[in-house]
Amino acid sequence: MKNVALYEIASARSGDKGEDSNVGVWTRTEAAYEFLRENLTPELVKRHLGVQVRGAVERFELPNLRALNFMLHDALDGGGTASLRTDAQGKVYCLGLLQLRLDVPDELVG
Amino acid sequence: MDEKIVRVGNGQGFWGDSSRGPRQLVTGGGIDYLTLDFLAEVTMSIMQKLRSRNPEAGYATDFVSQLESILPDAVDHGVKIIANAGGVNPSACAAAVQRVVDKLGLKVTIATVTGDDIMAGLSDLIAAGHPLANLDTGAPLADRLGDVQSANVYLGAFPIAEALARGADIVITGRVTDPSLTVAPLIHEFGWTPTDYHRLAAGTVAGHILECGTQCTGGNYDRWRDVPDLANIGYPIAEFSSDGTFVITKKDGTGGLVTTDTVTAQLLYELGDAQRYLTPDVTADFTSIHLEQAGPDRVRVTGVTGTVPTDTYKVSVSVHDGWRTTAQLTVGGPDAVEKARLSGEILLDRLAADGVTFRPEDQLIEIVGSNVLYPGMIPDPVVQPSEVVLRLSVRSEDRRIVDRVGAELASLLTSGPPGLTGFAGGRPKASEIVGFWPALLDKTVVTATVSVQEGATV
Repeated sequence: MKNVALYEIASARSGDKGEDSNVGVWTRTEAAYEFLRENLTPELVKRHLGVQVRGAVERFELPNLRALNFMLHDALDGGGTASLRTDAQGKVYCLGLLQLRLDVPDELVG
Repeated sequence: MDEKIVRVGNGQGFWGDSSRGPRQLVTGGGIDYLTLDFLAEVTMSIMQKLRSRNPEAGYATDFVSQLESILPDAVDHGVKIIANAGGVNPSACAAAVQRVVDKLGLKVTIATVTGDDIMAGLSDLIAAGHPLANLDTGAPLADRLGDVQSANVYLGAFPIAEALARGADIVITGRVTDPSLTVAPLIHEFGWTPTDYHRLAAGTVAGHILECGTQCTGGNYDRWRDVPDLANIGYPIAEFSSDGTFVITKKDGTGGLVTTDTVTAQLLYELGDAQRYLTPDVTADFTSIHLEQAGPDRVRVTGVTGTVPTDTYKVSVSVHDGWRTTAQLTVGGPDAVEKARLSGEILLDRLAADGVTFRPEDQLIEIVGSNVLYPGMIPDPVVQPSEVVLRLSVRSEDRRIVDRVGAELASLLTSGPPGLTGFAGGRPKASEIVGFWPALLDKTVVTATVSVQEGATV
């Protein structure tokens, strides 16, 4: 196993949906997808994003795209024009999640 | 017989996107339809305010100036244009476009699609048993009727397709779902019917990929070093076959990148439940999508399935929710983080001494440069930054106390810690908070209206 940041084995994009944000994470190999499906749980994502996400984290699987979609509820301090935060629209949440460090099997890190 | 291919390019991802997009896509031809998406969630309330001051305003004026530069080329190459630029005033937008058409001496048929704007009928709808309850909180809209600034149904693709069938070269809509701009020409060209769910779903997926412009061709992509020539990034084109499969690509000679990765990135953008992507025309299943690299900068999309749509339209209501502002200063030199925090606190203390206070959740001090975006997710910087930006943001129902923050800001330069600078933008003023109130409305009480004007010949 190697301890690496998620961005070593995955990509991500995020945005806003009202007061919620979503982060879509995808991988380039089936093996990496299976590893993340097993390990990148909504609980882990919620713990990593911490105080920024006030609500629950939901996960949707898209195996065809080797992707996981995370809905982060109440994650934008009101979102839209109400939020006081710099990242009012969750544009850069994706890069926050990609900095999560994970113990990853050697063969997935290339 | 050669298979019929319909090419749809999207040259505008939102109001404020570059005018390069429409120009790039129309110059030299190569597409059949140009779509332009101008409406974000808050845009309608801004347009409503513009119209309340001027009955001829309330639409995307950028659209009209863009048309002035691209319309001769579009007419030459037979490119039809579909835009939700009408905002809350599609007829005024159409009149402005007609003036451009006349000035250029072209013969163009303009159509509008309306019926989305339910603002004037809200009380009647509520009285008739349509509560327009907030989808997130369940609260009925009746409680907030006095705060409503705009209210629009998201219409689907079929009224736009009807406008095309009636000979429109330019279709101007108010609020429609973003993918409808793409689905409509496919309905028109291929004769898809309201129950062709798989094809409508495929068109919807294409629309979702195209709707943010260059976000599917290498923009905002985490492997940005792999993307060539971002300066000349290509706007996206979908090449559609009648069976509902399509290829995402961009024009030869443009920058950017179209790969299964850049397309996946955009498929995931602002996605909710992947199996139930709702539009008025279809429920699309994003887990059915297959992507395949079909050549350089060409991604083939197949396998999309869809099912029957719901009985309701999504409604977007915007409501007044108070006022906010952000005061910003740059802080340099030793202990920049500490000095920035102190400056923010001093300002709030001075206001409090005057009796001006904000609830804890309605004030925020951010020290940009000291890990504002990812607190707790990554370690704070070990080396103290030599400069940071202080952002002090507040919100309140009371506009006057929000404006007090801006009024006190400059004084910090002479009465706070040293190293404060960058007070260039003048006094920040209160800006209105527009709350977004999502709701549903029975389809039976909404009527879309298509109006086609005969083009003038000059």
